[in-house]
Amino acid sequence: MNFTRFLFLTLSCHSVSNSLRIHRKVYFLTVLHHIRDIKDPEHPYSLEELKVITEDAIEVDDNKSHVRVTFTPTVEHCSMATVIGLCLRVKLIRCLPPRYKVDIRVAPGTHATEAAVNKQLNDKERVAAALENPNLVDMVDECLAPSYA
Amino acid sequence: MANSTQLVKHIELYVNSSSTPAQQAASVDAIATLLKNDLLTLEALVREMEMYLTTTDSIIRSRGILLLAELLSQLTSKRLNEASVESLIGFFTERLVDWKALRGAIVGCLSLLRRKSHVGVVTDNKVKAVAQSYLQNLQVQSLGQHDRKLCFQLMECILDRYPAAVRDLGDNLIYGICEAIDGEKDPQCLMLSFRIVEMLSGLFPDPSGPLTDFAEDLFEILGCYFPIHFTHPIDEDVDVKRDELSRALMLAFASTPLFAPFFIPLLLEKLSSSLPSAKVESFKYLSYCTSKYGADKMVKHIGTLWSSVKDATYVSPQSSLSTEAEFMGGMGFQDSEIMKQAFVLLQELVQQSNGSFISLILDDEDIKMFISSLNQYEDFDSIPIDIKQRLHAVGRIISVCANTTIASCNKVFESFFPLLMNYLGLSAAKPIKDSYPAEDYYTPGRLNFGALYLCVELLTACRYLVGFDELTSIHDFSNQTWCVMLHNFSKSLATVFISLLGSNVAENSQNAYVCYGVKGLQNLATFPGSLLAVSKSTYDSILLKLMSVITSDINKTFAWTSAMNSLVEIGSFLDNCPDSERSSSFGSIVVEKIFSLISSDELTMPLSLKLQAAFEIGATGKNFMLRVVQGLDEAISPNLSAVYAHGNLKSVKLTVKLLECYSNKVLPWFHKTGGSEEIPLNFALNIWDKIENSRFFNLGSLENELLDATMTAMKQAVGNCSEESQETIINKALGILLSSNCFRWMESISGNTPLKAEGLQQIHKLDSFAIRDEWITSLFASVVIALRPQTYIPNGKLIFQFFITTLLNGHVHVPSAQALGSLVNKLPLKITGTPLSKNFSLDEAVDMIFHSCIWTSCNGSTCERGSSEIDLSSLRLCSLSTESPKIHAVIGLAWIGKGLIMRGHEKVKDITMTLLSCMISDGNTGSLPKLQHPSNVCNDEDMHHQLMKSAADAFHIIMSDSESCLNRRYHASIRPLYKQRFFNTMMPILSSLMLKSDSPSIRSMLCRAIAHVVSDTPLTAILSEAKKLIPLLLDCLSMMVKDILNKEIIYSVLLIISGILVDKNGQEAVAENAHSIVNQLIELATYPHMMVIRETAVQCLVAMSELPHTRIYPLRTQVLQAMLKALDDPKWVVRQEAVRCRQAWASIATRSLHF
Repeated sequence: MNFTRFLFLTLSCHSVSNSLRIHRKVYFLTVLHHIRDIKDPEHPYSLEELKVITEDAIEVDDNKSHVRVTFTPTVEHCSMATVIGLCLRVKLIRCLPPRYKVDIRVAPGTHATEAAVNKQLNDKERVAAALENPNLVDMVDECLAPSYA
Repeated sequence: MANSTQLVKHIELYVNSSSTPAQQAASVDAIATLLKNDLLTLEALVREMEMYLTTTDSIIRSRGILLLAELLSQLTSKRLNEASVESLIGFFTERLVDWKALRGAIVGCLSLLRRKSHVGVVTDNKVKAVAQSYLQNLQVQSLGQHDRKLCFQLMECILDRYPAAVRDLGDNLIYGICEAIDGEKDPQCLMLSFRIVEMLSGLFPDPSGPLTDFAEDLFEILGCYFPIHFTHPIDEDVDVKRDELSRALMLAFASTPLFAPFFIPLLLEKLSSSLPSAKVESFKYLSYCTSKYGADKMVKHIGTLWSSVKDATYVSPQSSLSTEAEFMGGMGFQDSEIMKQAFVLLQELVQQSNGSFISLILDDEDIKMFISSLNQYEDFDSIPIDIKQRLHAVGRIISVCANTTIASCNKVFESFFPLLMNYLGLSAAKPIKDSYPAEDYYTPGRLNFGALYLCVELLTACRYLVGFDELTSIHDFSNQTWCVMLHNFSKSLATVFISLLGSNVAENSQNAYVCYGVKGLQNLATFPGSLLAVSKSTYDSILLKLMSVITSDINKTFAWTSAMNSLVEIGSFLDNCPDSERSSSFGSIVVEKIFSLISSDELTMPLSLKLQAAFEIGATGKNFMLRVVQGLDEAISPNLSAVYAHGNLKSVKLTVKLLECYSNKVLPWFHKTGGSEEIPLNFALNIWDKIENSRFFNLGSLENELLDATMTAMKQAVGNCSEESQETIINKALGILLSSNCFRWMESISGNTPLKAEGLQQIHKLDSFAIRDEWITSLFASVVIALRPQTYIPNGKLIFQFFITTLLNGHVHVPSAQALGSLVNKLPLKITGTPLSKNFSLDEAVDMIFHSCIWTSCNGSTCERGSSEIDLSSLRLCSLSTESPKIHAVIGLAWIGKGLIMRGHEKVKDITMTLLSCMISDGNTGSLPKLQHPSNVCNDEDMHHQLMKSAADAFHIIMSDSESCLNRRYHASIRPLYKQRFFNTMMPILSSLMLKSDSPSIRSMLCRAIAHVVSDTPLTAILSEAKKLIPLLLDCLSMMVKDILNKEIIYSVLLIISGILVDKNGQEAVAENAHSIVNQLIELATYPHMMVIRETAVQCLVAMSELPHTRIYPLRTQVLQAMLKALDDPKWVVRQEAVRCRQAWASIATRSLHF
């Protein structure tokens, strides 16, 4: 376990609602907490245990409602990189308020087909299409199962 | 036989392998019943079953035999004649050969052998035959787990019940058992086999007996199990615990000294294992074996044993600094499990070995070296941590040696004590004189801490050796070497310890010295008197020093607490072993000092510390507590006078603390120890005396706190008294009340003739109600609240009337209301026996409430109507001209109602009706006379709203449990299930009113009342009504959300709803109203004023997702939309719940979320 302590990302944020324009207090957002216990599709370990995601890999800009997650596949030819990315995206979409834009990337130089994977993960159409595929959805749900426990 | 066909049917059913286990069990039961009731004889059964028992089909045969065996095991309490037992056991013994139908034969043997002697037992000859057949025919290890278990049970039973029968089987038996248990792996079977070995050893205890030859074989079989270690994760169905197994093995190991030559080397070898659990086990086994094998078996190994103990404790100690090390003063090491077991072994060895072992320890070079090296370290802080650890280990070793036997104690003293004394700079020849300036000489920096530590450990060990009660024969000790040595040094030791406490160096670095100084003093002072470890003058100086710490070192928390604790120890020791001389010392030095502390005004010591010290010292013995109480009384009395006479603010605070100490500590202590009730009685009487004697009260505004404290103490005191004492108190109180002003004006208003106009005027002259009267009334109310139901109340009628008056008067309405509630709760239903007019019954009281002229003292027109009816209009609240007394009256009614409902009186209905009418009366249409001043109208509306609100809140008073009155402590009579009953009667009324009324203000009040009633009712009662309640509760919620002040009520209603949601029975009701519930919950999920409400609402929504699909599917999008908002909640907990909720609702329809 590289880090067991809770990661809090401190951010100040304004409410998106223009009509209210309330300046909200600074509060803590725990994106990492949402994704740390996603299970790897091939192993019985969580992504955190496999060091696929670390605390440095998450950037949150609450003002712009933007989250970026950079994950590191275990091997360069990891065929599951897209599935892991899909899991991350689905989990974050489910857990974050809809105002966030989620950006998911493979860490530079850690995957053979980095560009292709990145493109696939951030293409709305292809993500939506992937989630129409029952086999894929089953797989994603299985990976996410422990994180709702 | 008539039922023979039926019998055959049962047998067939059992034997048939296709029938279910339940059917088989039923048929066994049926046949067993026949046998038990003598409808069928055993012989007839056997004849009937002949075919099944002898057939060549092995499956049917085995079932048949098993049926017979099962039947026998059901007949354990039925008497069978010798012949049938004989033939049956013969049959089963023979069948042991038949490996295809073995189980039945074993079960049969087992059930026959287990029979009690009065129902016919198997003879020894037959038992021997069984054992022989067993040994010849059974290949236990080739059987399945269940059969093996049965075999072991059979052998255990034989060894346990018929040892004489099988003893002469000798070698054969042992060999057979060895064969049977060799290689066993199942935990349950192992338990049995260990037990068998243990009994086998009991069977052949003779060293030259047959077991000697097999000891090595048995060792080889058993030795491989040590240490017990489960490799597989423990299944739930395996009910054998590791500890049980380990214990069984230990018993088997230690069962005979014959095993010693084999097992001890094994255990010693395992001590060097790297596995901590193996080490712990080895030490445990060794200490047990030592006690069982005896010293002579261990002599050979003594050197090895000592070196392994030393290795575990001294060379590589595994003690860890305990968490409270800081607090304990630096040396708080916690022994690891290994060390603990090693010390147990050490103790066992010292006990068994008659001195050879102890000299081994005392001659040990390492220990000697270590002790002589202690001189290097002058100061506690300069000792490195590993040396401290060793010091701790040596201290433990020495103290274990010393506290085991007297001889060992002597030896330890002879070899170490002079040395230690030398290090401390003491010598027996020239004891330190009293006048010696010890404080200068023994600055802690120069005192050898190691020596001090060991010395205190040694003292503690001696103290332990002597024991803690007077009963041990003490004259044995007084001539022992250690005792003499200790006695010679006791005075100078005490001086050293005292000087440690006196040091005025910085607090933290001194804790270790202070800790051991105090500990040493405590040990010196708690040696039994006849042992005379310390002389009286030393004893006194010890107490004086400890007391001086208590009085002067209040800033050194550590020193203060440890001194306090040791004084408490010394005090409770005195309580256990009474010693007149010392008790008087303790009394005069400690208790008197405490006494003077409390009663003096000096402020060097804060009062809270004083009180803590006083209570803790007092709690050590009854006499001491009595003295402390006296001190408290003496402290309270001048302070109260000061308060009454001058309104002294400082005294107010002091008195409040004193009274709190009284009611929180002293009175409960007396109650618990079952002490005399003099204390509470005197306390109550003293307070009344004080009030009687001070004619004028000069109190400011701060006295409320004091009044509350006094009332609590008074209630507590009265509640702890018996009936007679309570009567004394109430008579006294009544006397004072009658002579006070307050009673006079009461009589002037509501005497025998209702003087309406003047009376009312009097009521309005509230200011004339002096503070003293207010005190008297409140205290009188507290006395009444705490009375027992059987206590006779003189002048009950008058008292009742008085409280009604003071209730409406306003200044003291809450205590008066509570007193009225308590009165109606406890008054006797009817007066039986002497028809004394003074006695006051419940009926009269109720009459007074309903016909009291006070309620109706103003408006003539409604008065007449009231006199003709007895229903709700008889309580003419609305006729009071101003609203403020009405509110008081409502509160009064609430408490009265509570008192009535708790005893289950039917009149409570009228009271609740009145409350209801108050609640639903509209301000404009009521019988309220219009006021002249238009400016008052607005105010009046407001007041009316207040009245309605307090009427609604009255239901809260009625339903909730109160700390201050009407509870078990104050002897209220409480009917079981009174809350449920009230709930059941009120809910229909309230809900029908809800339907009828359309004014929003009334509806909101009704909602409030419903919320109060529901939230205090037990959930089980609510669940049965859930269907009707849910719409009402939802109305309540939507009504309440508007006002921020209602958040507590909202929360409690929400909890009720969540309770219904979670319950199985409630879910049906929820399903019907799913739509409206969800709407309401969604609204509450964004409730801005309270986080737990949002959290609970979202949790409820999660629970809703469990409902049937058809009900909740239409609501799905709505909930998901709401959860999007909740995901952005400022609180993390709510967001987390929202994620769960969203997932739960999303997954009920499609697999993924709608993006």
